[in-house]
Amino acid sequence: MLDLKGYGPALIDGAIVTLELAFLSLALSVVLGLIGAPAKLSQSRVARGIATTYTTLIRGVPDLVMMLLFYYGGQVAVNMLSDYIWEAYEIDFFFQFDPFISGVVTIGLIFGAYMTETFRGAFLAVETGQIEAARAYGFTRLHTFRRIMLPQMLRHALPGLGNNWQVLLKTTALVSIIGLTDMVRVAEEAAKAERMPFHFFIPVAFVYLALTAGSELFIKWLDKRANVGVVQGG
Amino acid sequence: MPDFIAEWLNQNEIFTAMTIMEYWDGMVTTVHLVFLSLVIGLLVAVPLAILRTVRNPFVSGPVWLYTYLFRGTPLLIQLYIIYYGLAQIEGIQETFWWEIFREPFYPALLAFTLNTAAYTTEIIRGAIISTPNGEIEAAKAYGMNWFMRMRRIVLPSAARRAVQAYSNEVIFMLHASAIASVVTIVDLTGAARNIYSRFYAPFDAFIFVALCYMALTFILVFAFRKLETHLLKHQRPVNG
Repeated sequence: MLDLKGYGPALIDGAIVTLELAFLSLALSVVLGLIGAPAKLSQSRVARGIATTYTTLIRGVPDLVMMLLFYYGGQVAVNMLSDYIWEAYEIDFFFQFDPFISGVVTIGLIFGAYMTETFRGAFLAVETGQIEAARAYGFTRLHTFRRIMLPQMLRHALPGLGNNWQVLLKTTALVSIIGLTDMVRVAEEAAKAERMPFHFFIPVAFVYLALTAGSELFIKWLDKRANVGVVQGG
Repeated sequence: MPDFIAEWLNQNEIFTAMTIMEYWDGMVTTVHLVFLSLVIGLLVAVPLAILRTVRNPFVSGPVWLYTYLFRGTPLLIQLYIIYYGLAQIEGIQETFWWEIFREPFYPALLAFTLNTAAYTTEIIRGAIISTPNGEIEAAKAYGMNWFMRMRRIVLPSAARRAVQAYSNEVIFMLHASAIASVVTIVDLTGAARNIYSRFYAPFDAFIFVALCYMALTFILVFAFRKLETHLLKHQRPVNG
């Protein structure tokens, strides 16, 4: 049996941090994607411009640089804001910008850009006839979006969504660099203290492997369910 | 020059010639590391992709396992395993390999190469297996043997189909290379982290480096777009 030299519970806690981080940033990125994709497809030039700038900026900068900017810069920004509020309104306001928050915000923002692209393609894949029919029934735009577009685009978005999730899961490893005690961080500390790198990193690598393999199966199952009513060609 | 820029330049204490040189050296290291790992990775990936398409599971199985392991785990862990792990191998410190792997650059190069080779193998494999059957039949009808078919028909045709996905992999690799800074390599991100800690100026240090990466990314995107139009010249509409 694998002897983890007493680091077992810490590794399990780290794995929970990894999962929390992954799920929270997934939720944030899906929300951002659902805002970004309609913005990219909208007729308003301002909305399109903002969404395009967002996705281009994010895809041009490494994840780690973004994370360092948000982590180190976030605290400075919070301090500047609280100084300003103290001077202007004499309200004492402060919060610690911890690595967990900056991790969720950064990973969510990064994958929000990828989700925007995924959802944009999926929205475009919904037949225009469906939208025209909804409009002919007197659905408002919001109603059309919620009742017709959203349910139908999810089927097209699923493969891309699954792909983004797999990448996101592996990106969470980066939070160990800004000092969050996730699985990788615990393994790193243990490996250094015990001088046994293979002993600690390889099990952690297998946890990631199990997570990605498990998600792959789950996404396949979801995809099968979402496409129940679709007659596959060929 | 607008006044506010002149004023900002006069007040600026961070972007001196010294720090600009640090960023420049960092950029050279980043480009060096990424370029070498991409080139070696591609050279490794082409034969592996061919092996991966072979029907015999004893040949394609190990390649599948390799790509599965390297694509299913974070690059950071692969880097840690190689960087910390190599030093722990019994007796390595007495061999000449130690001269090479003592520098953090080479373990990082090895990790990045193995990682990008795994992704590239899958990209090329996808392109190979989607070769239209007619092309292969025509090559066979001309009496080409397996090797010539691969070299003249399958691989060039696959390259055209793979270039789009491969350009994404190249950009992914450029961005992933930022983690080299955690094993004490002073690449672009490493330079930014040093400058941040010297001046405690997170916005200046990291926004500047973000712009550097963005410039590199756009150069790559532009170059790949050129390459794509070159490779797909025959598919262009006559009056396009």
